[in-house]
Parts: sequence; structure tokens; C-alpha cells
Amino acid sequence: MTRDLLLFACFSLLIMLAPQLFTGGYLMNVLVFVGINTMLAIALNLLLGYAGQISLGHAGFFGLGAYLSGILTTTFSLNPWGAMPIVALVVGCLAYLIGFPILKLKGHYLAMATLGLGVIIYIVFNETVNLTGGPSGLSGIPNLRLGGIVFDSDVKNYYLIWVVTLMVMLFSINLANSRIGRALRAVHDSDVAAQVLGVNSRLLKVQIFALSAIISSLAGSFYAHTMTFISPASFGFNFSIELLTMVVIGGLGSIYGSFLGAALLTLLPEILRGANDYDIIIYGALLVLMVMFMPGGLVRGIPALYRKIVTRRGEAGHA
Amino acid sequence: MLEVSGITQIFGGVTALDSVSFSITRGDITGVIGPNGAGKTTLFNIISGIYRQTAGTVTLEGKDVTGLSPDRLARLSMVRTFQNIELFGSMTLLENVMVGMHTKSSSGLLACALKMPWSIAEERRIRAGAMKWLEFTGITDLADHTAGSLPFGKGRLLEIARALAVEPRIILMDEPAAGLNSQETLALAELIKRIRDLGITVVLVEHDMELVMDICDRIVVLNLGRKLAEGTPREIQESPEVIAAYLGDDD
Repeated sequence: MTRDLLLFACFSLLIMLAPQLFTGGYLMNVLVFVGINTMLAIALNLLLGYAGQISLGHAGFFGLGAYLSGILTTTFSLNPWGAMPIVALVVGCLAYLIGFPILKLKGHYLAMATLGLGVIIYIVFNETVNLTGGPSGLSGIPNLRLGGIVFDSDVKNYYLIWVVTLMVMLFSINLANSRIGRALRAVHDSDVAAQVLGVNSRLLKVQIFALSAIISSLAGSFYAHTMTFISPASFGFNFSIELLTMVVIGGLGSIYGSFLGAALLTLLPEILRGANDYDIIIYGALLVLMVMFMPGGLVRGIPALYRKIVTRRGEAGHA
Repeated sequence: MLEVSGITQIFGGVTALDSVSFSITRGDITGVIGPNGAGKTTLFNIISGIYRQTAGTVTLEGKDVTGLSPDRLARLSMVRTFQNIELFGSMTLLENVMVGMHTKSSSGLLACALKMPWSIAEERRIRAGAMKWLEFTGITDLADHTAGSLPFGKGRLLEIARALAVEPRIILMDEPAAGLNSQETLALAELIKRIRDLGITVVLVEHDMELVMDICDRIVVLNLGRKLAEGTPREIQESPEVIAAYLGDDD
């Protein structure tokens, strides 16, 4: 328990010191996205990695958070901080209601149903032009303010987003290590055995689906206020798949894994930008290789690789 | 303690159980036996709320529990184990048993995630309780091992420890001796007796006749979906119908 806390403290310290090590506005901007994607990957991981329930529509909840915050603070001139919890609550309730019928489905069928959900939400963003601005997007979303600070620069946004992301991480780590986290993993491993031991697995799945949607919605709200402009293209099916990739590449059932997956998939396209037209091929090949050689994700694959190298060095030393 | 009456189960056109009735006395070890295909496991799945029967009622401690879900039944102090042990393979033994304490703890999602003082205290209580049941079943030394890597015999013990953590008043065991060697079966017999001594009513489906005759206070015999006989081990051993069902009729 104290080891977990120490690890988290070190991680937080690194994150907070990062702006001192790296400079340059563009990189800061990318690191803001790493934070937002980390929140989203954690949200999906709670559902997929812990409870074992897939969702191919999580970009939809992210988009709902962004759009509802955007609309409430522009068209209805609400205070951003006031709008955010309302939005999260609305999205959470929606997910809760949808969750009951949808989570009765298993495996491929659940994947199809959540995919459909994501597509419907995406179409709504595109078609309700009066509310959302349609395909051309919604602009003029206000930056967040706290006291006298306006979060309008990349560095300020970095601190804002990462403080929230770290809170989401700590929240999720605590949850994962509690009776609820154990019950989720139990449902994942053997649903029937969990039920026999008194876990109401149906209700638990719906609750975690709603929580996952709420975290995604929060990430969406912060996204809207840092970008000040949003358009449906950011919340389509492609992004749902990208989130799924982050969770799997990072490591199912690991909160730090979600960070690693989000960081890699957000930074990789930036790093590969120099490779001109080959970037997509390299990106794809890297993902395939990682899934092949690190099936447990980065969070388990990297330590395993490190141990391998150390033992090989040890053997070489003896020879 | 537990009463089943008129349980009938029809799968498609096949009658798996035909109006089976019996009652189980508190504090007894009751064995349900019968040749393959007699409907024993189906009966267990109905009693434990996994199947919904075509007809008939199940009464637990005077309360009609027909059609209740397994998690509701666990809260009413009935728990079961499975023939092909259903462990939480990615979790440690300790964590497996801690899941068994689910109904005996109540911290909600937010309390857990925000580490409220009462949820921390509860977590400590859950851990201590789980250790107690690992000790009871004699697998404390494996507490931090992953359940997925356990040998079958130890897995069986873990499943029993986990079920006991629910603090049931009645436990159903589906073929607890299946896959165990003779030494492990002997130890299992002792364990089941110790469970009964805790005041827990035990019902088991079993093929190992030696075990059944040794530990059971009463036996119910099923054959082809019907109750064939009921009585003490001695009465069952001497029953001509039972002998005929197991060894085959002459005619």
C-alpha cells in the first residue's frame, strides 16, 4: 500500500517537473493531449481491463462531454466550472440507463452494440447543426479560469490537465485495489463464480460503465475548454479504436499501463512525422510487433525485457 | 433448512428432472447421488439460481427463494462450488477469498476510490477474514500465489475457502472429490466434517461412493430425473431399487 503511494508520488513529481525539462510550446501542447488521452484510456481500462466488458463507442462519451460543455458555456453562457459537473452527471445517467440493456450482451455482440452507440452519437454531432454547428464545428468555447489565472497557454493547460489526470489516476488506483476492483476482476475471470459469492455482477457492470462514461465526459469537457474549438471528426469511430489500442498496448488492467499506452500512441505520430509518407507503415508495424512480443502490454513487457537484458549481461559476465 | 418440491426441468423436449422433492435438515451432510445423466448437476444449478426451472419451488429456511439470482441467494447465506472449479485465475489466493467477503462488506464505489477511513478499516477486516479461511483450509502458505497456476487439488480447497468466506449457513458442493487423488479425498472428507462442525449445512453431489457413505448423514438418490430413494447411507446401500439402478436390472 505504501509502495503504491510512493510510486504515485514519484510519478506525480516527474509529471510536474516535466515542463522544466522540456521546453517548446508545441511539445507542451502534445503533452496536454497525453494527459487527456490518459484519462480516456483509464476510463476504458476500468471497463475493459478490469470488468472485461468491451466498448467501441467511448469516443462518443468523450464527445458528449466536450459538446455539452461547449454548448452550455457558449450558447447558454454558463460558467465552465458550473457546467462541467452537470455535464458529467447527465452523461453518467445516460450511460447508466443505456448500460442496463446493453451490458446484458457479451463479447462480439457488446462490441457491436457499443459501436452502434458511438456511431449514433457521432451522427447527432454532425446533424444537429443548430446546436453543435454540424461538421464545421463549435468555436468560441471559453478557457477555464481559476482565481485570476486564465488557462490560455499550453504550459498553463499542461498543469491544469495533469493535475486532473493525476487525480483521476489516484482515484482509479484506489478503486482497483478495493473490494470493488476485486469484484470487477472476479466478474472478468468468472462471472458465475462472482455471482455465487454474492457479487451483483449486472449492477456492477452498469455502475462501472457509467463511471467510465463520467471520466470520459470530464476529459471531454477539459478538452473543449483547452482547445476552445471542437468538431465531430475528433469523436468518431476511429478515435474509439485508438483508445482501445492505447489500453491494449499499454496493458489491460493497469492504470499506469493506460498512461504508457496513451503516451506512446500520442507521441508516436509526432516522432514519426519526419518519416514522411512512411510514418503510417512504421506506426502500424510497431503496433503489430508490440502486440506480438508484449502481449501483456508495455507495463508488463518493459520490465520483462529489462530482466531479460540483465540476465543476459550476467551470463556474458560469467563466461 | 432447504426444501425442494416438485422440481421439473424440461430442456427442449427432454425432461431432465421430473417432479423431484426432498428436504434437507439443518446441520446434516446430505449427499445427492445417482448414475450419470440422473440430473444431479441440473438440480444444483436450479437450487443455486443459475437455471430457472420449468416448475417447482425451492424454499430456504422457510422463505420461498424460487427464481432468485445467485447473488441474492448468497446474501441469504447459500453458496455453492463447481465441479470444474471456477477460480479467479488472474488474482492471488488471498484476493480470491477476499471476493468471498463481498456480501460481508459494504463500502461503495466512491468510498473505495476516495479511500474513506471506514473503507480502509473495512479493507483491513476483509484481509484478516480472508486469511482466517485460508488457514481453515490449510493453504495459507500459498496466499500470494496466482490462483491460475494452482494444482487442481489446491484449487478445490481455494474454492471452498472462498465459499466459506461468504459465511454461509448452507453450502452446495458439486462433485468436490472429482479430480482428487485418494489422499486428497481423505483430507477433503475431514474438511467437510469440519465445515459441518461449524454449523454449516452441507449438500454434495458426488460420485465417490466411499466418500459419500463415509461422511453423509442422509442420501438422496436420483435416477433418470426422478428421485429413486432417500435415507441413511445404510438404508441406501440395502435398497434394491438403488442396486438395480447402479448395477442394471436383470429383466
